[in-house]
Amino acid sequence: MSGGVDSAVAAARAAEAGHDVTGIHLALSRNPKSYRTGARGCCTIEDSNDARRAADVIGIPFYVWDMSDRFHADVVEDFVQEYAAGRTPNPCLRCNEKIKFAAVLERALALGFDAVATGHYAQLRRGVDGLMELHRAVDGGKDQSYVLGVLTQEQLRHSLFPLGDTPKPEVRAEASRRGLQVAEKPDSHDICFISDGDTGGWLADKLDDVNRGGEIVDSAGEVLGEHEGSWRFTIGQRKGLRIGRPAPDGRPRYVLDIEPVSGTVTVGSREELAVSGLECVHPLWCGTAPSAALECTVQLRAHGEEHRAVVLPAQEGFSVALRDQAAGIAPGQACVVYEGSRVVGSGTISRTSRAGVPA
Amino acid sequence: MTAYLDHAATTPIFPEAAAAMSERLAATGNPSSLHASGRAARRIVEESRERIAAALGCRPGEVVFTSGGTEADNLAIKGMLWSRRAEDERHRRVVSTAIEHHAVLDPLQWLADTGEADIELIPVDAAARLDPDALRARIDVDPDSVALVSVMWANNEVGTIEPVEEVVAIAAEHGIPVHTDAVQAIGQVPVDFAASGVDALTLTGHKIGGPYGVGALVVRRELAPTPVLHGGGQERDLRSGTLDTPAIVGFAAACELAVKRQADEAARLSALRDRLVERVLAVVPDAVLNGDPESRLPGNAHLSFPGCEGDALLMLLDARGVECSTGSACDAGVPQASHVLLAMGADEAAARSSLRFSLGHTSTDADVDTLVEAIGPAVERARAAGQAGARP
Repeated sequence: MSGGVDSAVAAARAAEAGHDVTGIHLALSRNPKSYRTGARGCCTIEDSNDARRAADVIGIPFYVWDMSDRFHADVVEDFVQEYAAGRTPNPCLRCNEKIKFAAVLERALALGFDAVATGHYAQLRRGVDGLMELHRAVDGGKDQSYVLGVLTQEQLRHSLFPLGDTPKPEVRAEASRRGLQVAEKPDSHDICFISDGDTGGWLADKLDDVNRGGEIVDSAGEVLGEHEGSWRFTIGQRKGLRIGRPAPDGRPRYVLDIEPVSGTVTVGSREELAVSGLECVHPLWCGTAPSAALECTVQLRAHGEEHRAVVLPAQEGFSVALRDQAAGIAPGQACVVYEGSRVVGSGTISRTSRAGVPA
Repeated sequence: MTAYLDHAATTPIFPEAAAAMSERLAATGNPSSLHASGRAARRIVEESRERIAAALGCRPGEVVFTSGGTEADNLAIKGMLWSRRAEDERHRRVVSTAIEHHAVLDPLQWLADTGEADIELIPVDAAARLDPDALRARIDVDPDSVALVSVMWANNEVGTIEPVEEVVAIAAEHGIPVHTDAVQAIGQVPVDFAASGVDALTLTGHKIGGPYGVGALVVRRELAPTPVLHGGGQERDLRSGTLDTPAIVGFAAACELAVKRQADEAARLSALRDRLVERVLAVVPDAVLNGDPESRLPGNAHLSFPGCEGDALLMLLDARGVECSTGSACDAGVPQASHVLLAMGADEAAARSSLRFSLGHTSTDADVDTLVEAIGPAVERARAAGQAGARP
């Protein structure tokens, strides 16, 4: 229970369904104050008090589990290292894979619990083959199946997502009906361990010595300017490039590529951003891994659009041929594979190939 | 059936205290008012003060009512440092122990952080007992710079009784005042303020069968700690604020009863506690009793369960109707390793693997039965979980 409305209602629903529910708040920092000062994330004293208050109203026991060491090692450090390597990681997927449905689940099972229930918007169904299937939520705008695309069959068997069948506004109304004080609490958006939402500044503190600066060049290799650290850029970024000269054609320029070793940042036109193919590593399948080419859709960022695609198993993961081109795709992002509303699995993008430009 | 084994956190109110308090709750009268209603309230407050003084072996004028133990500790530590420093600029050192309650440690830390005092915490042995020689050595470095010595009467986590008598003797050689936090001691062991020779003593209502939100600092009249709360000048200017007549009369009733029953209760509880320890050890043979095996509070059983996380055990026992404590401070609910166990030389894992069971006036053999039934499966589960998930 993060202290937000979703996990509170999920807990209430699980308890009402007759489960023997215990509320757990994860302490993800030893010093909660250093992480978040507002109520936007999931690590403040205020948030843990909100979660405790909700558990009291629901009438379930409530405990704080200290996962700060694991979280730091598996999520925060990974996040920093990925940026240092010029990739754009998604820490929420990482947290689900390593913390919420791994460390927490492991501990819960050992203590005699059967499952971890969360406030994620996604649905679980038992398929005809008896396997648990992960599906998109009814509320398309809130659907979080993307960040759960890292869960394996074993993890899904021990998961509950009580909110998957309900639109968010109804969840808020239900919270209010149940007397939960968090009914109107704003949604969290940013990365929970970056307190002020300034990812660039936060990374600058961590990476100052690792990755100083470099050149900004266009796709022809002409130097357009300099920058103070490649981690400040993400592929597809348009604002804040601080290039003195406008493009010859006067059109906006976008970050096309980041070379972390040399620190070179390549910029170009919107057309040059278009991606038609992906290579993915670290594959995780919710059920059976595809053994042949799969006509499917892929989602490439949280709340991003779906692209029609063909997924082809490869040696270390899979490759993706995009039928609908995608823009602003960065290595490190997760590619989650869907068949209809069902999540097939996911991989981490290692390379992209540009439309008309071979990888 | 619930087995309430957390009397050191708070103990049920005595019916006599609840009755005395209830009788006064609906009555009007500010003890500082001059009219008849005020005088009636004042009489109750002053009679309560006299009853508490009689129970504790002090003079009524030495009882300063506060909102509880934390406030009394703050008044003692800050107030006595400030008044002693005003007397003599050199009085900057406060000598205390590494195992004090946070209501003492945190004011000390704050005084150190703000540059108001130099804080020295004397280490303890493996049984959490202060080493008087270490205290003497620290004081002897420069006796004239010591403003105050503060040593708890008995430790709230592991129950070890501290050598307050020796502390007083050492401090007296240099005329240094001694404060003691006796929150856990009253009603459990004999406490006589005058005979003990301490200069200030903290107690609180809800640990002795009285109400929450009321406590006292007993402080020798010759000492005038600088007030922490300023206002109407109540409590001979040491602690301003309208006196809480109903709470004070309940507090007095409880204090009287707790002290009157102390000897009998101590005998009964230490026998019950010994049975608890023996029976838990029979089920979990590698559990370890922490603290001084002899010189400890009669109601305290503090045990380590190797391979378990105290927090996991607490949760599992709670689910089986056994209420106890990890005895450690909670920061935003984040479990921290106990500073007391760390000071006793335990490593971090050992310090996280312990539980405090504390008995009180409502405890019976049935409570111990409930615990003994639950502890085996709980330890087994907690061991399986081990430190699962807590470490990379």
